[in-house]
Amino acid sequence: MRYLPLLLANLRRRKIRTVLTIGSFAVALFLFGLLFALRSGLRQGIDVAGADRLMVMGTSLVQMLPLPYLGRIERIPGVEQVTHATWFGGVYQDPKNFFVQFAIDPEPWRVMYPEYVVDDQEWADFVADRQGIVVGAKLAERFGWEVGSHIPLMPPPYLGNTMWDFTVRGIYRGNQPGVDETQFWMQYDYIQENGPDYFRGIVGWYAVRLADPEAAAQVAQAIDEEFRNSANETRSQTEAAFVTGWVRQMGNIEFLVFAIGSVVFFTLLLVTGNTMAIAVRERTSELAVLKAVGYSDLFVLGLVLAESALIALAGGAMGLWLASGVVGLDLTQGLILLFLPRGSMAGGLAVALATGLLAGLLPALGAMNLSVVDALRRV
Amino acid sequence: MVRVDGNGNGEGLIRVRGLDKSYRRGGEEIHVLQGLNLDVERGEFVAFMGPSGSGKTTLLNLVGGLDVPTAGTVTVAGDEITRMSRRKLTRWRARHVGFVFQAYNLIPVLTAYRNVELPLLLTSLSRRERREHGEAALRAVGLEDRMHHFPRQLSGGQEQRVAIARAIVADPTFLLCDEPTGDLDRRSAEEILDILSALVSDHGKTILMVTHDPKAAERASALLHLDKGVLFEAHRQPQEVMA
Repeated sequence: MRYLPLLLANLRRRKIRTVLTIGSFAVALFLFGLLFALRSGLRQGIDVAGADRLMVMGTSLVQMLPLPYLGRIERIPGVEQVTHATWFGGVYQDPKNFFVQFAIDPEPWRVMYPEYVVDDQEWADFVADRQGIVVGAKLAERFGWEVGSHIPLMPPPYLGNTMWDFTVRGIYRGNQPGVDETQFWMQYDYIQENGPDYFRGIVGWYAVRLADPEAAAQVAQAIDEEFRNSANETRSQTEAAFVTGWVRQMGNIEFLVFAIGSVVFFTLLLVTGNTMAIAVRERTSELAVLKAVGYSDLFVLGLVLAESALIALAGGAMGLWLASGVVGLDLTQGLILLFLPRGSMAGGLAVALATGLLAGLLPALGAMNLSVVDALRRV
Repeated sequence: MVRVDGNGNGEGLIRVRGLDKSYRRGGEEIHVLQGLNLDVERGEFVAFMGPSGSGKTTLLNLVGGLDVPTAGTVTVAGDEITRMSRRKLTRWRARHVGFVFQAYNLIPVLTAYRNVELPLLLTSLSRRERREHGEAALRAVGLEDRMHHFPRQLSGGQEQRVAIARAIVADPTFLLCDEPTGDLDRRSAEEILDILSALVSDHGKTILMVTHDPKAAERASALLHLDKGVLFEAHRQPQEVMA
């Protein structure tokens, strides 16, 4: 602490340069934050996917499955519980207001997905009301919905062309960060009663809870074998595999984040390294005087590194703070649930610190090895 | 008593024996100091004069432990500094030497007080004690009322006084002043010389000062002349030496 005034005074020496260098770190970490928020958003399904759950779908995305499959799947050894969900695809006010809508069988759904937490009373109200819905907290926040709100949805063309009315009966929250809070659940029975005849007795997919997650591959194979050569063959996979496949359709996000991040930080390394080199060069005589009055070579090394680290941390913290603010603005309108985990924030700061230290290392070594006599002679 | 014949009794503060310093520049060996001897007792104010390139600053750097000789020894208060490691020498400088440079070499982003406090940060003194010492040093050079001024807000003479305060604040064994009045007008130079003289007469400090200024040299208790790497006594007649 006793050296802090010296450290801060050095940073105030060229205010514009310090601010610009801090700004460089802020911009880089802002970008880092956004990229990681995107990555986290896309990966959230993978990260929170139940290791003990399978998704059983038709062999194509549009192929529905018969409802009687439920009983047959339940009887397959290794299956503990089965429920189903059906994609609704309605439009709320404007097609741009996209969000996920599932028709579900309420009770087994709640048991299958304990990560979605709903108040017991609200859940009871939902079960008791055919037109009731439960929505995620973020979705409710996005549109200003609350329990009791009436929500009209225009169904997709294959379900008719008259508005369907729903009432919000509950709002769910995730029990951990990364749980999707943007879904809209309606009762399966409601769409069965109101939908056209050809929509009766079919579901979008089945969710299967396994007795033993280790046996996922065997059970998935057994399910698919059960329906082989039928009119509706199935494709079973773990939830994580399903979500990973979906994310891959959007490109190799990991590579994108890594590539962009690497370029940004390498550039930052050069910019900061150059800045620190100039900062050291222009005060050669001062560093020499410090050494002359008794400051060690290691102290001078530490002083330059500390300056560089302080710039990096200040800029990094600012950039991440801005990124977390922007991420909270729901830029994707609920399409991708962007969020910046604390781990990524800490990782970002660590990367910023490492970049700052690395950038300052060469100038710091130069300062450490500075000859007092030579430096004073140059004055 | 200052001697350059190498026959000092060894009880003085500074004892230099057979000091050589040579540089290699462009394949050519340049001998800056050659077999130099020097004995300085405590409380002496020694001035070194000589033409540019004669080795005055090199001698000061060697005695101050900023540079290492090619041959010979420098012993200060019983410590042979020419045998010390770089790390030990750094600690020794902090304890024993106060430097005053021609260009003041204050840190421009620190106030006068913070500049003076720098050597004290290396000690175990508390903040309050550092404050007391720093204020006392600035008081000694007549700048107590300028302690919160930055170097750019001070005149050249005031800056040099701050530099002297920085040099004396940790109560070093001796001061090395490399042309302390070289960048100052006559009046400011006299003020600086008054302060240096007072440090010797009132506080018993030992000062080794390099100067080109005969008037500054007159203030010293001993004047030595250095030419072509050889040191000799000027018998307190700088005018004759300059001639």
